[in-house]
Amino acid sequence: MTVPTDPDPLREAQDTGPLASRSPIPLDAIGTEAASRGRLVVRRFLHKRLAIGGLVAVLLLFACAYASPHLVTWQYNELDTSAFLSSPTIDHWFGTTQNGFDMFALTMRGMQKSLIIGLLGALLSTTLAAVVGAFAGYFGGVLNAVLLTFIDLLLVLPSFLIIAILSPTFRGRTWLIFVLLLAAFQWMITARIVRGLTLSLKEREFVQAARFMGVPGWRIIFRHILPNMSSLLIIDATVNVSSLILAEVGLSFFGFGVQPPDVSLGTLIGDYAGAALTYPWQFYFPAGCLVALVLAINLVGDGLRDAFDPNAGIRIT
Amino acid sequence: MARFLLRRLVYLVLLVIVSTSVAYLLAATQLHPRSRYEGRNPPPPPEVVDAALDAVNMNDKTPVTVRFGRWVEGLLHADLGLTIENQPVNDEIGRRMWVSLRLLLIGSIAGSLLGVAAGAYGAVKQYRPADHVLTIFSFVTLSIPTVVLAVLFKNAGIGLNNVLGFTGNTKLLYTTGEITPGLAIWSWEGLINRLAHLVLPSLVLTVIAIAFYGRYQRNAMLDVLGSDFLRTAQAKGLRRTRALVTHGLRTALIPMATFFAYEFALLFVGATFTEKIFGWHGMGEYFVDAVTKSDVNSVAGVTLFVAVLVLIAGFLSDVAYAALDPRVRVS
Repeated sequence: MTVPTDPDPLREAQDTGPLASRSPIPLDAIGTEAASRGRLVVRRFLHKRLAIGGLVAVLLLFACAYASPHLVTWQYNELDTSAFLSSPTIDHWFGTTQNGFDMFALTMRGMQKSLIIGLLGALLSTTLAAVVGAFAGYFGGVLNAVLLTFIDLLLVLPSFLIIAILSPTFRGRTWLIFVLLLAAFQWMITARIVRGLTLSLKEREFVQAARFMGVPGWRIIFRHILPNMSSLLIIDATVNVSSLILAEVGLSFFGFGVQPPDVSLGTLIGDYAGAALTYPWQFYFPAGCLVALVLAINLVGDGLRDAFDPNAGIRIT
Repeated sequence: MARFLLRRLVYLVLLVIVSTSVAYLLAATQLHPRSRYEGRNPPPPPEVVDAALDAVNMNDKTPVTVRFGRWVEGLLHADLGLTIENQPVNDEIGRRMWVSLRLLLIGSIAGSLLGVAAGAYGAVKQYRPADHVLTIFSFVTLSIPTVVLAVLFKNAGIGLNNVLGFTGNTKLLYTTGEITPGLAIWSWEGLINRLAHLVLPSLVLTVIAIAFYGRYQRNAMLDVLGSDFLRTAQAKGLRRTRALVTHGLRTALIPMATFFAYEFALLFVGATFTEKIFGWHGMGEYFVDAVTKSDVNSVAGVTLFVAVLVLIAGFLSDVAYAALDPRVRVS
């Protein structure tokens, strides 16, 4: 996981052989001075045009969701009694609903909630995956067996069904419970990967050295093991954001997710899916924003994966 | 190999038992069948409500352990209990499962086969136009929620009907229900009609499955393509395609086999959205209705159905795993 300080071997490997022309990393990116791993990753990421596009799109959508309510006249909870079911106009960019709600304001409001749910849930689930996976792998034995069985059980329990069954419980309470539930069913596969990586890291010299010096296990995990798989965790968190946003949409579509008066992209799509043919703006604007958001996040995740993994993209065919 | 499979089977059955029990207990404690009677005007006398709830084993005054015991006892006699409307859950599931299974089987079989083929092809043709098309396709598809995809397909179907002039009662592609009401189910006409209903919903599920499997298969195949044993296989004189299929694809399929089981539960959820959008009366719709009606026995019944499906899918993927990976067979 360390970056060679001497650039020459790398350079030689790149210049010779069939790899050189296929390499996504320009040769000058690996300079003559020692570049830190972080700088290398950033450079590789910046070189991916699609990933940069995705990042810019995510930031724009984020800014738009939070800034636009301060810039436009109509708020998500205001009725325009002079424009029912209006198609997109200068006043109402995304048109209006049957009651005269402004579709643009509703969509932005929904996007705020979807973003928060995605970010918060991803943070929770990746943390959980890291901790459970690392503890199971590092300590092994009974703890490992118990945690693995628990992971298997959660994988078999269809998360959609369980959250739906629990939905009457959080109806009328804060949506944070919903985020917790979403995250609780998202971490298992990553935890397995983390466990596998921990098993091999455990045998490495620096971990052994720490152990023989008497450092307690939990500290080794947080100091040595998890930082060494930070790239995996960062990628996982990014991908989780988009899958949690999608999961939210699915559950809210049936009324099992975000509850009124809260608005999310899922509740909007659920409310107006039936209007897709008659009043298309009510469906296609929220749905379009959602797809754009998820696609952009996925592009960032993909770019990060390539940036962290020097072997990704360089393959012999 | 037989021992390996037997061990997996026992393990999977255990997981089904535990997950169904958890689902029943959660449903029995979190749903409120009593609320069905509370909103009525004039309110029915409490004894009547208790009697009605007792009849279907959903009275919240009975301890949950007792209710669970009764439910398990029924289950041992292959009886899933009564719905909140006093109908046998068995009948309801027996009628609806074929509706859903039709969608699920087509979606999972066509989706996994085509997805694996597409992913392997994309890996072999890495960075060529075909690979780029496949990558973009799966990337975009996986970013679209099933609901939105189903609505898009439905509207595209309606648009296609209008463009081709099928505006009357007979249509090229149907977008509501699984058969036009009134047609004899087993007649020639009825079968064609059902097929015309089936096209769009199963296409939605298949497209999603192709995107899912294609993406993973491409990565798995790429990992194998650079390996030494593949070069050796070609060096000893195997044709490239032969080496790619028997040595490359076979190895790359091993990690995919385990995906199959987990994907199946996801597919069921996808089928739920598809059923809802296309107006099919399948298991997904049944589940959603059951939760909204606080119908504990129906909820537990659908969960058992899904768990058994996942068990079958899990066992199939174990068999595939054992067949593909000689190490499992030998040990």
